[in-house]
Amino acid sequence: MPSKAPTYDEMFDASGAVRPAYGAFRTWYDEQDPQWLKRQDAEAERFFRQTGITFNVYGENDGEERLIPFDMIPRIITAAEWRKLSRGIEQRVRALNAFLHDLYHRQEIVRSGRFPRRLLENNPAFLQQMVGFTPPGGIYTHIVGIDLVRTGPDDFMVLEDNARTPSGVSYMLENRETMMAMFPELFTRVPVRPVQDYPRRLARSLAACAPNMASKPPVVAVLTPGIYNSAYFEHAFLADQMGAELVEGSDLRVIDGRIAMRTTRGYQPVDVLYRRVDDEYLDPLTFNPNSALGVPGIMDAYRSGGITIANAPGTGIADDKAIYSFMPDIVEFYTGEKPLLNNVPTWRCAEPDSLQYVLDNLAELVVKEVHGSGGYGMLIGPTSSKKEIEAFARKLRAKPDNYIAQPTLALSTTPIFTKAGLAPRHVDLRPFVLMSPNGIDITPGGLTRVALKKGSLVVNSSQGGGTKDSWVLED
Amino acid sequence: MLGRTANGIFWMFRYLERAENTARLLEAGLRLALTRGHGEASVEWQSVLVTIGQDEDYRARHSDYQAAQVTNWILRDTDNPGSVANMIDYARSNARSVRTALTREVWEATNESWMVLRDLMAKPLKASNLGEVLSAIRRQTTLVRGAMDGTMLRNEIFNFARIGTFIERADNTARILDVKYYVLLPSVSLVGSSLDNAQWEMILRSVSGERAYRWLYAGTMDARGIANFLMLDERFPRSLAFCYSNLRSNMAGLAREYGNESHAHAVLRKAGGKLHDTEIDSIVEYGLHQFIGDFLNDNRAVADAIASDYRFTF
Repeated sequence: MPSKAPTYDEMFDASGAVRPAYGAFRTWYDEQDPQWLKRQDAEAERFFRQTGITFNVYGENDGEERLIPFDMIPRIITAAEWRKLSRGIEQRVRALNAFLHDLYHRQEIVRSGRFPRRLLENNPAFLQQMVGFTPPGGIYTHIVGIDLVRTGPDDFMVLEDNARTPSGVSYMLENRETMMAMFPELFTRVPVRPVQDYPRRLARSLAACAPNMASKPPVVAVLTPGIYNSAYFEHAFLADQMGAELVEGSDLRVIDGRIAMRTTRGYQPVDVLYRRVDDEYLDPLTFNPNSALGVPGIMDAYRSGGITIANAPGTGIADDKAIYSFMPDIVEFYTGEKPLLNNVPTWRCAEPDSLQYVLDNLAELVVKEVHGSGGYGMLIGPTSSKKEIEAFARKLRAKPDNYIAQPTLALSTTPIFTKAGLAPRHVDLRPFVLMSPNGIDITPGGLTRVALKKGSLVVNSSQGGGTKDSWVLED
Repeated sequence: MLGRTANGIFWMFRYLERAENTARLLEAGLRLALTRGHGEASVEWQSVLVTIGQDEDYRARHSDYQAAQVTNWILRDTDNPGSVANMIDYARSNARSVRTALTREVWEATNESWMVLRDLMAKPLKASNLGEVLSAIRRQTTLVRGAMDGTMLRNEIFNFARIGTFIERADNTARILDVKYYVLLPSVSLVGSSLDNAQWEMILRSVSGERAYRWLYAGTMDARGIANFLMLDERFPRSLAFCYSNLRSNMAGLAREYGNESHAHAVLRKAGGKLHDTEIDSIVEYGLHQFIGDFLNDNRAVADAIASDYRFTF
């Protein structure tokens, strides 16, 4: 094991006894015929392949569609644990939204000296086009996926605030569908809080953020880059479940200051655009002029109140990894409360003292690119060779402000199903949060990602991670 | 619905229909070629390739018409944009891009077809497994149609799917007639000659119409009867008249849903009228080949008018 601290297993305590959260599940599990469970495990893959739940891996030549492996042992959270977690998540999301509003308006937090201005300067995630503009309802972060890791019974920490376009919610829903199809009687024995109404809540939450000139009821559409995008399945799935149109940039144009989609009956206005296209591709007139994925002129229409874009352009600044390290201060500044959820201790390599410490301790640390995601471009010290570490040190010295470093955490484990029985693997959790003027709505549970390789700490699906159904128990 | 979605649905069903008809034509050609010497078999294979518009591309890559070579080209060659494997791939890509307009059953049937046929055609086909592949193509496309029939709402989405199906089917039947018209000309047919019988049988088989025809005509085959059957008999599901009667009802569905007719309705009425108010004798008198050529043009015009009226593209 790469980590020094003992690993917290969520199902078994140190003596091997089952923890209360997993009690009822374990009883059920022990009653099942192991051969039958193996067959069900094989069935799960066929089920996913047939429904076409696949994702495309960037950088694969043949554009082959892959399945994200599904593990059929649920990850279980008690009602009490969830209550605590959701309070922390709500506080964090409120702070993120307030932070964004402030950054694009008076920048009180900068004036107060709690946040350095240099992090905004030359930061491509900070959009000048958003300065002085308030999105409809004052909402920037309509959908957030907070990545949490656990290191002990009460120690949940935020690893990342995914405030741009968090993906994975379709897996949360399909994993539950699959579990209910495979083990219907299990759900009659263990009281699990449902997640299936997420699409309805998403539709309601987005509609509540419509601009003033919107149709009644507002027309919501999902903007996808198209079928070759790695998350296309999810885009189609959410549009389908919400009863919204799934549009591409080429379907849209600006007509009379509003965004309209080309339908078989002519152009019809869209009021809320749940876009799964990055900021820089959103409007070729404002950002990347070569983008064919966006809508020319959408930013002008947006700023004159013609449409709601979710999440708001420019929210990426809030989940920048360099800014992440300031989150405890940010939470306190806007809520006046101590943060309920901790950050992972983070060294900002842009600061000379921190850089030195990081360089001296590379073998123990995890180093990440400030703008990277998906587990690419990072160094995991304890599992890297001397050569890899030296190569990384050179990159780090050349461009220190491009990196942050964190200790290698002893991520908690949860068992997965293997042919030889249950085996512990490291997990994280991404709950999905909706925000509208009506409030913050957190779906109980979220997406559990699991590193399928023994000892591995990388849970990203692009790096061979899998997913699990995540249960929050009823009170 | 989005214009792009209507376009995707329309073409998804055109590709599926074309894949199925290509398999049928190939099967009929194979049967005829088997009973011929090599020289005549070559002529037959060429006529199959001409029918599906692939002869030129084929000759650019191959110097002769061997059965194995032709079947692999038509069914699975990825260099051939019109191969059945590519067609199924396009159909599935289209289904993916209009995923939200399809029921889960239709999507799963399409996805399953793609997986099954991809596996079956992963390696070059041999005479021994050709039959299995051809019947799998028919079975899988039938599965999608069945899922469609059993689960889709009867609305504009369904109408666009059916319109794609029948535009394509009418085109495919007409192309077979376009290439084989000479064996249906009464003037040159030596009644009852074995050559004609084999050719007639081939035509009927390529539209899966041999049994239906025997039923209706009590076993007697003649050129006029077959031409009438394939063009004007509204009871036969692959005849031009049947396709147009279905096009009319689906276009009427659109008119009802949209509250008005489009220019395409007028184009369709004109094209369909030529099949409606006519008899086989007057077609023969006008010139069978000419009539079929006109029909293919009209059919394309209907498709173009629909694409433009319903904003399939910019």
